[in-house]
Amino acid sequence: MSLDTTLPGSGTAPISRPVLESLARRAESVLLPFGALAVGLGAFGLFLALVGSSPLAFYGLVYKAGFGTAFSWENTLSRTAPLLLAALCVALPARLGLVVIGGEGAIVLGGVAAGAFAMFATGLPGGLAIAGMALLAAAVGAVWIGAVGAMRYYRGVNETIASLLMAYIAIALMNHLVEGPFRDPASLNKPSTAPLEEAYRIGSLPGIDVHWGLAVGIIACLVCWVVMERTTWGFAARIVGGNVRAAQVQGLPVGRLLIGFTALGGGFAGLAGMIEVAAVHGSANASLAAGYGFTGILISFLARHNALAIIPVAVLLAGFEASSGLVQRRLDLPDATILVLQGFVFVAILLSETLQGRFRLFRPEEWSRP
Amino acid sequence: MTAATEIGIWGVPLAMLGGAIRVSTPFIFVSLGECLTERSGRINLGLEGTLVFGAMSGYAIAYETGSAWAGVGAAALAGMGFGLLHGWICKLPRVNDIAIGIALMLLGMGLAFFFGKPYIQPVAPDLPALSLGWWLDSPQLQAALKVNVLFLAGIALTLAMAWMFRSTRIGLQIRVVGDSTDAARAMGLNPNRVRLWSTAAGGALAGVAGAYLSLYYPGSWNEGIASGQGLMAVALVIFARWNPVNCFWAALLFGSAGALGPALQSVGVTQGYYLFYAAPYVLTLGLLVATSSTTRAMTGAPGELSITK
Repeated sequence: MSLDTTLPGSGTAPISRPVLESLARRAESVLLPFGALAVGLGAFGLFLALVGSSPLAFYGLVYKAGFGTAFSWENTLSRTAPLLLAALCVALPARLGLVVIGGEGAIVLGGVAAGAFAMFATGLPGGLAIAGMALLAAAVGAVWIGAVGAMRYYRGVNETIASLLMAYIAIALMNHLVEGPFRDPASLNKPSTAPLEEAYRIGSLPGIDVHWGLAVGIIACLVCWVVMERTTWGFAARIVGGNVRAAQVQGLPVGRLLIGFTALGGGFAGLAGMIEVAAVHGSANASLAAGYGFTGILISFLARHNALAIIPVAVLLAGFEASSGLVQRRLDLPDATILVLQGFVFVAILLSETLQGRFRLFRPEEWSRP
Repeated sequence: MTAATEIGIWGVPLAMLGGAIRVSTPFIFVSLGECLTERSGRINLGLEGTLVFGAMSGYAIAYETGSAWAGVGAAALAGMGFGLLHGWICKLPRVNDIAIGIALMLLGMGLAFFFGKPYIQPVAPDLPALSLGWWLDSPQLQAALKVNVLFLAGIALTLAMAWMFRSTRIGLQIRVVGDSTDAARAMGLNPNRVRLWSTAAGGALAGVAGAYLSLYYPGSWNEGIASGQGLMAVALVIFARWNPVNCFWAALLFGSAGALGPALQSVGVTQGYYLFYAAPYVLTLGLLVATSSTTRAMTGAPGELSITK
């Protein structure tokens, strides 16, 4: 990885050395995940070849079904919305050093809360109803994941285990609620809350058949990026993530930061559940537990917990998920194929962390001085 | 379980006893596996994936060969494969063992569903059970005391592992590696190798636990076969303070909590059915909150364990 000979040191190059150095420093955090993604996709292709399927046909279909046509883009972007918010539920706590993987729980409970709101607060004007559902869902999600942060701070409970246990509890609670107190008697085959009134539903963005959830998700990512990278709160949070003791010595409110940012992440996940109910399903039922929370973990890790990077990564992963049906039908592969693909990519991205700092290309201080 | 309705409310504790033995067996294996891994100073959060893959491979091999024990063997081998992969990746510098666990959990489940699709319909042979209640008159008691061979194997394994940690050279080596990498190096041990094989053995035990699920109770392969046992085992080991014998008792406790839902259902309680199914998770969470602490180090915790540092 020695590029010393090609580096401009004598002033003949078009770009000055400081610019190049700063580019090289930034490049690692982009190129390494990209490389890992490529390696993961390649390894999965090898896996497909080993089980007797054509990787080229597979990736061709994924491209076609996920990104090939206007219709497939609409499908992909509709699936992106919950993934963006689910990934934020992993990324925000991760910047404080917490690995929270139970976003699925906040999604299903947020969805149930929204469904219940629509069921019991009938006859409201559309804007008010949607705001009410969104606020309630976000509040439920915030309490649910915020509790994980609180358990971590006050009792030292491992947040990874606690959040996943809470996800199991949330799914049981959802089943109980939609089959019991919140059940619409008319829903026979699939117990659900009552179907949302037309005014309560979230419509499409102008000019494209993608619901407003996408805009909400993108705005949430942008806001989170600004908060994390450009405000004192975000700075304090990153200090907590770097070293809790140092943060305490500095007098930072570690508890409030931990609980606040986990609750914020949970609030976004709850909002994802509400969007699924109000834009996709039309009522709250077991379809809410669709695994968005788990795909969100992978997205956040691929994006290195950077809220801005989450947007393109979420679009990519949503495209993979959108292609699942076509891949099943055309190549006769099981529906778990995309899950295996995600597993390969996840392992590759974590493996790539071991290569961090190994390439001299990305470390200008080790280049030979002019 | 229809017989339980005839003896009324007493059917609940009885069904729970039988259920506890049935439900706890996978907990015993997976928690002993996690205990072994954590004692060597590494945490494997991916045992849930290993468990699901073990359930699938055990069922598939049992179906193909016609022998349930071949299935258990295959599940153990598959579990060992996952353990070796986890152990090998964690040897690399700057790799986060918790994140790797999550990734392998998702990968294990994905692979199990991928390869397990053709085996959802066929019926594989069951593991044999011993009737320890043959001397009793009551058919309910007899049913409750029908014990699978793997449960007895679990008891034997518990005692063997406790003995291994207490009085064997290999047990001492695992403990030293788990408590201090530097001390282990000074003793001339290779910490990475000890951790690799502890993780592999832990994975093999999780695979056996999975095979029990698909080959005995509930006794079929489907995508919802495991319900967080692999994950709860991590919490269970913390609660059991990294002691194999405590792991066994904790597994029985978790098993009874898991048996609560089906037991109540068997006597006709249908209200809040799903809430009772959440009992093991609530219990786990409650125990974690009660036994964790921010101020004092946990007694018995291996010094090198990332989760308690």
